[in-house]
Formats: sequence, C-alpha cells, structure tokens
Amino acid sequence: MFPACKYTLQARQCLCSLKALQRDHLPSLFCATRWSSSSSTTPRITSHYTVYPRDKDPRWEGVNMERFADEADVVIVGAGPAGLSAAIHLKQLASEQGKELRVCVVEKASQIGAHTLSGACIEPSALQELFPDWKERGAPLHTPVTEDKFGILTERYRIPVPILPGLPMNNHGNYIVRLGHLVSWLGEQAEELGVELYPGYAAAEVLFHEDGSVKGIATNDVGISKDGSPKDTFERGMELHAKVTIFGEGCHGHLAKQLYKHFNLRQDCEPQTYAIGLKEVWVIDEKKWKPGRVEHTVGWPLDRHSYGGSFLYHLNEGEPLVALGFVVGLDYQNPYMNPFREFQRWKHHPTVLPTLEGGKRISYGARALNEGGFQSLPKLTFPGGLLVGCSPGFMNVPKIKGTHSAMKSGMMAAETVFSKLTNENLQSETKGLCVPEYEENLKNSWVWKELYSVRNIRPSCHGLFGVYGGMVYTGIFYWILRGKEPWTLKHKGLDSAQLKPAKDCTPIEYPKPDGKISFDLLSSVALSGTNHEHDQPPHLTLKNDNIPVNNNLAIYDGPEQRFCPAGVYEYVPKETGDGMRLQINAQNCVHCKTCDIKDPSQNINWVVPEGGGGPAYNGM
Amino acid sequence: MSGRVLVGVKRVIDYAVKIRVKPDKTGVVTDGVKHSMNPFCEIAVEEAVRLREKKLMKEVIAVSCGPQQCQETIRTALAMGADRGIHVEVSGKDYENLGPLQVSKIMAALAKKEEASLVIVGKQAIDGDCNQTGQMTAALLDWPQGTFASEVSVDGDGLKVEREIDGGLESVRIKMPAVVTTDLRLNEPRYATLPNIMKAKKKKIASVKPADLGVELTSRLEILAVEDPPQRQSGVKVEHLVEDCPVASPSTLGIEVGGVLCCRGGTCLSSQYTVITAGLD
Repeated sequence: MFPACKYTLQARQCLCSLKALQRDHLPSLFCATRWSSSSSTTPRITSHYTVYPRDKDPRWEGVNMERFADEADVVIVGAGPAGLSAAIHLKQLASEQGKELRVCVVEKASQIGAHTLSGACIEPSALQELFPDWKERGAPLHTPVTEDKFGILTERYRIPVPILPGLPMNNHGNYIVRLGHLVSWLGEQAEELGVELYPGYAAAEVLFHEDGSVKGIATNDVGISKDGSPKDTFERGMELHAKVTIFGEGCHGHLAKQLYKHFNLRQDCEPQTYAIGLKEVWVIDEKKWKPGRVEHTVGWPLDRHSYGGSFLYHLNEGEPLVALGFVVGLDYQNPYMNPFREFQRWKHHPTVLPTLEGGKRISYGARALNEGGFQSLPKLTFPGGLLVGCSPGFMNVPKIKGTHSAMKSGMMAAETVFSKLTNENLQSETKGLCVPEYEENLKNSWVWKELYSVRNIRPSCHGLFGVYGGMVYTGIFYWILRGKEPWTLKHKGLDSAQLKPAKDCTPIEYPKPDGKISFDLLSSVALSGTNHEHDQPPHLTLKNDNIPVNNNLAIYDGPEQRFCPAGVYEYVPKETGDGMRLQINAQNCVHCKTCDIKDPSQNINWVVPEGGGGPAYNGM
Repeated sequence: MSGRVLVGVKRVIDYAVKIRVKPDKTGVVTDGVKHSMNPFCEIAVEEAVRLREKKLMKEVIAVSCGPQQCQETIRTALAMGADRGIHVEVSGKDYENLGPLQVSKIMAALAKKEEASLVIVGKQAIDGDCNQTGQMTAALLDWPQGTFASEVSVDGDGLKVEREIDGGLESVRIKMPAVVTTDLRLNEPRYATLPNIMKAKKKKIASVKPADLGVELTSRLEILAVEDPPQRQSGVKVEHLVEDCPVASPSTLGIEVGGVLCCRGGTCLSSQYTVITAGLD
C-alpha cells in the first residue's frame, strides 16, 4: 500500500503500528487514502459519522438504523424570527380560509430563543404586518429609540458624526429589543395558533425523494459515544416529511451549506461574506442609564481597513440594562486578529468605560452575521424547499438590521407556500413542491428594494480609505442618490481566502483583561451557559485531521485559536513532546459558525450536535 | 409483583447556566432562564420505566409540583416512558416557599390516593440541595426507605437496595410499599426522542390543587436573604509544599493555597525556596 522507498524504517514501523490500530477503529477504505497523505503521526480528532460513514464502520454492524417517520404539510427548520414568522403566517392564512395545515418547526436550542443573539435595534415594520395588534398581545418591544449617536473613535478621543434623517444609521421609529425574548414571544404566539414546536431537536440531515426533490428532514441521532461508537442509549433521529421544507437556520446554516452544493444555488451570485458579532449585557449604575439611547462607533481599536465597529444600547425594561457589543468583518487579513480581545479592549476607551464602571456583566455570547447583502443572494427556491431569513442573508448591512427582512421573507414564504398547498389544480413535476413564486414575490417587495439601495456601501469600504471611504460613499450615493447609481461593486471574495501568512503580519499586543471591565475568554464562555453532552463525537468536524497543524498552524499560526469566541480550538504540545496538536473543546461551542466561515483551509465543517446542546442565552 | 410507581420530578434551572442573584436578594433570577428536569429526577424516571419494562411494576405516574411550566417537565417524563402525569398546581408566593416538607406531604397524599407501591425520587434537587423530600415522604407514610440507591432489584415481596454511603456500599432489604431515592450511578437515563415527545402529547396530565389533597402549604421557614458567595481571591503559586519546608510551623504559616498552608506574604521563611506570588488568570 505504501511505496517502500518513500519512508524511513522508523516511519514505516510507525505507520504499520498505526495501521493495526486503525483496523480496529477506522474503516480501512478511509485510512488508506488519509494516512498516505500525512507526514507525521497526528492523533485522531474527528470521529463524526459525516466524515466516517457508519455503514463502513464495523462497530455499527447489526445496529438497527431504521427511523420513525411522520408526515406534515410544512416543516420549518429553525425557530428564529424568519422560521416562526413563516409558521405563524401559515396558520393565520389557514384559519382565515378555513383550511387545515400541519406545520412542524424543529429547533436545535432546548428552548425557543436560547440560541438567538442580536444587538438589537429592530424596525417594527414586519412585526406590524404579522401582528397589527402586537402591542396589545404583549410583544416585548419596551424601548423605543430616543437618541441616536454615532462616533469615530481614536485611541483616546471620539469624533461625533451627526446622524441626519435618511442615513441608514438613523433609528427614528425603531425599538431596542432583547431579540431572544421577542423570539420566545413569537414561539408562544405560534403555539397558540397550533404550530407544533419542537425545541431540543436539531435537523441533522436533508431527505430527498427519488426524483431529487427535498422530502423533509431527519433529526439528530442520540447516544453516540465520543469515539463514534454506539452507546446503550443510542436512538435514531426521526424523519419529518413535508410537501415543502422551509430552511431558516440563520447565518451560515449547516444544512443550507449542503443545499447550495446540491442544487447549485450559488452559481450566479457572489460568495457570502460575514462578520462576527460579540455581545454582552450589563447591569449598570442607574446614574449612567439613559433608556432609549443607541450608540454606534467605528474606528479604534480597528484600523481603517478592518470593517467593524461597536454598538451600545440602553434598554428600558425595569433594570438599568445595556446591551453592548463589537462586530468585526471576517474579511480581515491579519491572522493575529482576535475579535474577542478587540471587543474587550474597546470597552476601555475613555468614552465607553464610564458607562460600564460600577456595573456588572450578566451575559455573553457571539454569532456570525451576513455582510454580503444583495450581491450574495443565492437562488432561494429548489424542488421541495426554500430558504428564509439570514440563511440566504437579507440583512441590511449599513443599518445593521436583518430581523425585519427575515420576518418578511418568512411571511412571503408562508403566502406562496400556502397558495401552492391549497391549489387544487396543482400539477407538480416533483414530489417535493417547487415554489418559485416565493423568489418572484420577494423581488417585487420592499426587501429587495432595500437591499438593492444599500448594495454598494459595504464593498465601498474596500478602497484606499477603508471604512472612511465607505462613509463618504454612503453620504454621496446613498443619502443623496438613494442607491440609484447604475453600477454594482463587487466583494473581495471568500472570507476564508483573505488571510495573509503569519510571517507577513505583525502580532497584535492586546492588554490583559482587568476582571472588572474586560474579561478573559473562559469566564465569558461560562456566562453564555453553553453546554453539550460531553460523550458525543465533536460536532466541529475536520475533513482531514492533519491539516490544522500542517497548514493552519504552519502558515497562519492557527487563526482558529483567535477567532473562536468560545475557546474551542487550542494548539497544545503533544504528550510525546514532538510538536503540537489541535485540541477541540467542543463543549464550549456557542454555535456562532465563525470557524466554518473563516478557516483558511476550509477544513472545518460545523455540523449540528445533539439537540438541546449549545448556549443558554436569556434575552440576547 | 404488579404495582404503581409514583415518580417525583422537579423543574430546576439547568445545571450549566450561571446563576444570578436578584438585586433585591430575595432569590435568584428565573425569568427566561433555561430550565430542565433535575438530573437525579431523570434517573428516577429511568429506573421506574425500567421496572415497568421488566414487568415488575404495571404503571408509572410522574408528579411535579409548581406553576404551569412544570407540565413541560412532566411531558419529558412521559416521553421517557411514564404512563401518565399529575401536575400539582402551586404558584406565586406558595411556590417560592415550597420546600421538602410541603412536597413530601403532597407526595404522601398522592401515594395513598393512587395506591402506589413504590415512590421513587431523586436524592436531592440541584437548586435546593436539601436531600430531605424522600426521607420525609417515607416518614409521613410510615414506609421503609432505601436512599442513595446505586442499584435496585426486586427481592420476593420487597426490594434489595444497594446504598452509596461514605464508607462504600450498603445493602438493605426493604419491604414494599417503600420509598427509594436515586443516586448518580443508578442508571444512565434514556433520551426523550422526538417520536416519544409526540406520543407524550397524547398522554394524560391531570391537574390537582394541594387543597384537594388535604395538604396545607404554609412554610415554617422564612428566607431572610440570598447572596452571592464571596469572590474567589486570585491564587498564589508556590514552589514547594509545606511538608517539604524545614522551617514552617503553624505559627509562621500564612497564606492558604488550595488547603496547603505556606509561607507568609511572598518571603520564604526558610530562605531556601522561592515563593512565587502571581495572580492566576
């Protein structure tokens, strides 16, 4: 199997003993191709069945892999603003027209809202359409925006920038919300309308009919041990079949990633670009509390070529709470950049520190968000299903708002799916229904117009003057011309391809956390309440276990140990003393998806862990 | 042997969530916080369902005391295999004051009403840490008890219970009807899978009020204050243990590090070793 002349005697002995080990634990088909490409003995990291199929694994012989299946009219993956709006609107239409519809929503979080994280300053337009009586129903929009402040930070000073009406950052008429609570409330409304909500069950697999259309989804299996073998508690997931499956997994969903490839949905659009948003909620001194105030900054600590900035919102919900956070564009080039530490040091700025002094941090979390906008919108429908919300990516980047467009996309999906399902004369070519009307209707709606008008703002930040060039561009072309310029600027390409090798970059000196305003990573992760059943295969899977050390560490000095906001990735010295290995602390994961996006080798594939695992955000 | 098993399940704040004390110090923040079934209660449900699967018991009834949200916890127990549920409605001030004494009175009343032959509860709840409910229930019913069970088997008309005690394991034989409280090593609870959750929606959960059971809920305890534990001081790294030090004695010892006393304030009194004082971060 191995050409004898290529290896020294020692290497061959090593490889032979490893082969013996693998025969017991690994399917031999895979180890032949993988081990011949390695040059050193890498301890095995990945054991997930998406990388090592179970039908070739001897430990799974004789295990019953049958799945229980159930039928619904519509299955929705993800109980976020988009998914729940779709579910609610479907039920509203069904009740209006006297029709019966079975709508099932699966959600990986153990309770609705536990994986939701956003600033958030929302435009109530979509909510108003969904529930005109949202105030009477008790929707948790308690904080209307009273003042809007924007500043450019230098290391010690702040240059105020006026927010004139018409600029994207103007928030008149909007509300500061704790999006997790709004999503929770949407979940309650959905249940009242008869939607079947199943939190704690993750959609792990897309199912297909023989004609290639989407048949539904299967939820995750449970009871698989850390090394990939079945435990006594092993149980297969369940299949949920539907006439149409709506995918609302949020930014960079793992099933959406598979669907893009399978149906070639991204052939006519640019790759999606992203940012990572880190957020904390603080209880502050009452004297510093200004309910309704919205503050945004750009500039320090980022340089003009790194897109990003901060937000600080004063909530009005009884306690003197502020929601604050930092966003860093994932197209950064310096592998030494550490978004978490940028966030922590930003808090020490002389114009930010006074607000937080004397306060107490009560929450922490992080999530990737879309930055691609109009240019990165994929094809939205395929036989048997469609995409809603931040999954395809309807976020208005300069406004940093995506909730209203996500909800609207969910509602439009509901309308078009409903008319398809109730059409008695429907002739469908495929068993899974195709709903191209969804994409057509969306193109004629305000969502499309809004995204089109701001399409050039983010790419305009790639020029010589960086973010400041972008601000000038916004002033001229958006504020005055409303985005009607005839050209469409392009993005830079995949975020993962933007990193420069570590030897060409300078490491960044970050200050040590002081434990009062800034904190270390691990105590922050503890505040997110994240946890996973420890005895399961790590859900951060690597296509090739050798690449992290040979590529990521060797060329880029292991950027994953810096961009992960939860300390999942660590390069530690091997026990044998000869080199480093990658340690994956899967239990810490907060499901932000940054690693899947930014890995320069695109070797990390985030898959869904056992349902119920992940952060336990409360009103984030 | 064919009887009914009554299993108590408690809805508590999930063990991985960071607890926050309310600003008015009357308790901890529970609004919107992730809750789940007490881990020891999951073990209790699993044991009860296994007894029924072995045909040693004929019916498993899951009971929970608390507000409306407790029904979710009972649903999980039903999805794990319990046959029906009983929700004892307690809310507001009564719920804040609900302690082991009140719950054991309720369990005792239900055990008599349902003619249960066995009551299984977790050894303690991870929020109260009282470790009293099982024992009090047995006393009120005047039934034998097998607590901290790491193994339960049927022995004739009674039960053989392996108990985890400080010194090791103790085997007791108790006659039925009896109360058992579960310890960690009793079993590994099964997952509540989605098909079972769907089936559980069709199983019955009866609602009762404590007054219907003749139980009066006034508490003999009043919570004066709930406070955070004192902030952990940053640690000190020392190069040697006190056992190795030729000079240190109880009167010269100062800083305590993880239970080991070592030299005072950064200067090694024996002058032979270096005491490294560093904030451990």
